[in-house]
This record gives sequence, C-alpha cells and structure tokens, in this order.
Amino acid sequence: MSTVINNKVINIGKKPSFNNKKAISKWLNKYGIGYLFMLPFIILFFTFIIIPVFVSIGLSFTQYNMIQLPKWAGLVNYKTLLTKDDIFLLALKNTMFFALITGPIGYIMSFIAAWIIDQLKFRNAFSLAFYAPSITSGIALSIVWLYFFSGDRYGLINNILINFGFIKEPVLWNINPKTIMPVIIIISVWMSMGTGFLVFLAGLQNVPKELYEAGAIDGIKNKFQELYYITLQLMKPQMLFGAINSIVGSFGVFDIAVSVAGMPSPNYAGHTIVAHLYDHAFIRFEMGYASSISVILFLITFILGRLSMKLFSTRDE
Amino acid sequence: MHIKYSLKKIKNCLYIRFKFKFSFGWFLVYLFMLLLVAFTALPLVYMVSTAFKPIDELFIYPPQFLVRRPTLESFTDLFTALDSSVVPFTRYVFNSLFTTIIIVSGTVIISSMGAFAMGKYNLPGTGILFNIIILALMFSPYTTQIPSYMIVNKLGMINTYWALIIPKLAVAYNFFLMKQFSSQIPDALLEAARIEGATEWRIFWKIAMPILQPAWATLIVFSFVNNWNDYFTALIFTSSQVMKTLPLALQTIAGGPGAIARSGASAAATFIVTLPTILIFTIMQAKVMKTMAYSGIKA
Repeated sequence: MSTVINNKVINIGKKPSFNNKKAISKWLNKYGIGYLFMLPFIILFFTFIIIPVFVSIGLSFTQYNMIQLPKWAGLVNYKTLLTKDDIFLLALKNTMFFALITGPIGYIMSFIAAWIIDQLKFRNAFSLAFYAPSITSGIALSIVWLYFFSGDRYGLINNILINFGFIKEPVLWNINPKTIMPVIIIISVWMSMGTGFLVFLAGLQNVPKELYEAGAIDGIKNKFQELYYITLQLMKPQMLFGAINSIVGSFGVFDIAVSVAGMPSPNYAGHTIVAHLYDHAFIRFEMGYASSISVILFLITFILGRLSMKLFSTRDE
Repeated sequence: MHIKYSLKKIKNCLYIRFKFKFSFGWFLVYLFMLLLVAFTALPLVYMVSTAFKPIDELFIYPPQFLVRRPTLESFTDLFTALDSSVVPFTRYVFNSLFTTIIIVSGTVIISSMGAFAMGKYNLPGTGILFNIIILALMFSPYTTQIPSYMIVNKLGMINTYWALIIPKLAVAYNFFLMKQFSSQIPDALLEAARIEGATEWRIFWKIAMPILQPAWATLIVFSFVNNWNDYFTALIFTSSQVMKTLPLALQTIAGGPGAIARSGASAAATFIVTLPTILIFTIMQAKVMKTMAYSGIKA
C-alpha cells in the first residue's frame, strides 16, 4: 500500500509496493545495504547447513555412489538399516549407552561445579582448571589417557591396580570389548564437563543478588531452596543452551572412540553412529545409505533438542 | 539517623566476619573441589611432564608420573627425526594454523556483519531467519557432511585449503552469539554517525565493531578452539598427507607400527597440539566470562 502525500510516496505497512521505480529504489535504499551485510553468511549458511539437511533427507531414499545418478529406492535404506544391519544396531546401542551416561553426567557435574565455584574464592583459577579439559583436542588427550589405560604393566592404572593387588594380570583396557566403552566414557566425561560450564557460571553471576535477599525474607531457608526457587528459574535460557550443546556433543561421539579403540574396533565395541556414517559415506561411498544414517542422527538430536526447548521454556512466564 | 548508620556498619562487619569464619562445611566444599580439580588436571599435568621426559624416563618401570630431569629431546626428535619423513611435522603445524586463522577471521567478520544488520536494520523476514538459526543449533554437524562433501567435490576443492575453510565459515552458534549483542548497540549512536555522513560500511567498522568487541573476542576463542581441534573435516576433505592437519597427524604419529619408538615425539606433539587452546583461553578468560551470560536461549 502506498499513499501520496505532498507528492511524496510513503509506504504504509510492511509490504513495499513495486508499482513504480521510486518505491523500489526507496526500499532498496532502506534495506538493501542490510541484506547485503547478511548475504555472505546467508549464502554459506544455506549452502553448507540448511540445504544439506534437505539433500540428506532426499538422498536417504535413494541409492547413490557418486558416479552414477541416484536411483530411487524408497524406504529400502531405512528398512535395511533398522532390521538387517546388525553393526548399525550395535552402533546405535553403543551411542545411546554412551550418550545416556556422558550427557547427563557431564551436564549435572558442570552445573554443580559452576554453582559451587561461583561461591568460592579463586574463582578464575578454579574455572580454568575445570574448563581446560574441554578445550583440549580429543585426539591429543585420548593419547594421554591411553598411557593411563595402556594394556601392559607400564599403564599407570594397571600398575596401580597390580601394586594394590586388585588384579594379577594387566587389563587390556582398550582392546577388551568389555572395557572399551567404559574407557571412552571416562575420557569423554572428563572432556565434557566444560560443555555448558562457562554458560552456567556466567548465568549464575548474572542472577541479581537482591533476589536472594528478597528470597530470604520470603522464607527461603538454605542454599538448596535458593538454588531451586530462584537460581534455576532464572537460568533456564542458559540451561537450555547447555542441554542442546550436550545432546549434540554426546550423540556425535567419534574421534575419541576412534583413537581409543581404532576403526573398526574389536567386536565393534567402540563403534558409534558417526563411525558407521563415516564408514559407509567416505570409505564405501554408499551415499544414499549413509544419508539415511545421518537422517536418523539428525532426528535423534533434533527431537531431543525440541524436547529440551519445551522443558526449559520461558514463554509462559 | 546516626544510630541507623552505625547499626548498618556493625551488621556489615558481622557479615564479613561470618563470611571469613572457618566452617567445617566450607572446608569440605573446598576439599571436594580440589579433588575434582585433581581429576581434571592430572592428565594435563601428566601430558606436560611426559613431553619433557628424557628417553630413559619414558620407558622406566615402574612408570613415573612426573619428570625428573626435564629435557627438550622429544621436541628436537619431533622436528628433526620426523622431518626426514615424507611430510615434515612443521607442515601439519602450518596447515592447522593457516586454516584455523582464516576460518576464525572469516567467521568473525561474516557473523558480525550479518548479526549487526539483523539486529539494527529492522529487515523484513529476518525473524524467521533467526528462528531457523536457533533450530540449526540443534543440528548435529555430522548430518550435513555428505551433501557438503558432494558440493566441495563438485567444486573441485578436495585436497585444497578451500575445502578445509569454506564449509566452516557459517556457524549457527557464532551468528547467534553476535546477534545477542548487536541488538544492544544504541540506535542514537548510529543515527548520529549517519547525520554526519558516514557510510553504513564505515559505521559497521568504526562504531559497531568496537562496541561488539567483547562478543567477537569470545567468538575468536571458541572458533579457534573448535577448528584447531577439528578432526572430521580434514579427515573427509583431504586424502593427501600434505594437506592433513595436526589432529590427524597426531593420530598417525601416536598409532600404528613403530608407535613405541615414537613415544617421545608423540608426547611432544600432544603438548604442541594442546598448548595453544589453553593459552588463548587463559588470556581471554575475563572477556569470555562476560560474554557467556548472553549465550542463553530464550525459548
């Protein structure tokens, strides 16, 4: 809609009128530079993130080896994946087991640590010590942990356990299928405690101190009531951010698993969804089949992400 | 009034004394935290200490946790002995450093530009775009790898630095973080500059960027850490040894046949890979802490 007042074109409402060139150039003048600023990000964001998600979904219904054109396959990939591919089911089980342990442990530990550190002296030193593991390279530190878990007598943990008489023979931590997952989990928990930690700590520091005083007047007796009735309610946005981070991180477990157990790992005990995806996509080049794996991974993280959005929603307040 | 004032003063004194008073509960809390710090710090201490161990201490039995006679042997071993192999270690350092620096600068610029425009120009349609970006925070980065690989492959960028850089420039989180800040730039400041005839480009660089400094300083830290440690991108986009980055090279040095002969070199390499991220975080810690409060997602 446009109205002419004093021979000037003035746009009313949001939609610009393209009836005349003047309006277009006016619209461009007003918004053009803004869109231009956003253009580089938008192009790359759509090319490498948004469009690929849809392409993945499309490819997952085909058979495609990157040489011939994709062949429509309907639901065959998903059927094979979920009923016939025992290794995928094992990878799914491993990843679920891994995520169910490291996700919540890392999340809760980092929240408790942030909550305690926020009340301590030497806050910066404590937070650095606590955060440092999560900014180290997973590959580099799994090498260090492998010295600890080395399968011979030189391994620090074997050495201690033998000295104290718990075991007689050294345990082959990263070769025995029974101990591979626990080792991967220990290393990942150690690294994942920083996920969300900084956001939690920063969020805690931003809770207005007056609220605690007001709470004390309203009958809040101890630190734990304070935590539940005041702090947690105000930290929902940070809690949500931490939750999404830890979901995406724990279902994407790959590099630590590979450097601890190798690929393929003994009895596939350290095989994960991403490892399976990598195997089919970039070793066998079965892009259609691999896409169906990535769609399943996408659905898992996305649905859990939406659930946490519901859980930590601030909208109804 | 006077009495009231002194009462308040006494109360303050009491509060301070209470706070500093030794209490068994706090002692336990500190003890618990120190144990936790020991758990997080021990592997790092072991890594630093091992990197400086002479060869005989590396293989001593029973294994020693701390170094006794520190030397730089392992480092010279890493840079000279491995230098004679097909690809020198310095090449991996260069690959990692080069790609990381380009990605970090690129992502800081395009995210700041975009977020500034979205936060300050009231552009139609950006509300939906921002919601899409929030949803993209929930995408596992691995789900986009296959189509990204196909695009990079089509563009003929496999085994080039382009492949390691371009797909990683647009990150939903980076845009999100900058957007949280850019909305707070005061409009009056921008208007004043416009009246004085500054171009939008100039306004962005001279006014917006200095105000956004704590945000992009934080972005530098996170982007550096993520890309320096990234393993998957180089794994799928490069096949030639010359193009590998540090995490991949480290895996080659530390694993496979001859790994024991190289344990000194691999300890030194581990140290070199780990050091930069911890350094950059330590230097920027104060800024990062200030910014992180804005990382919450309101849903």
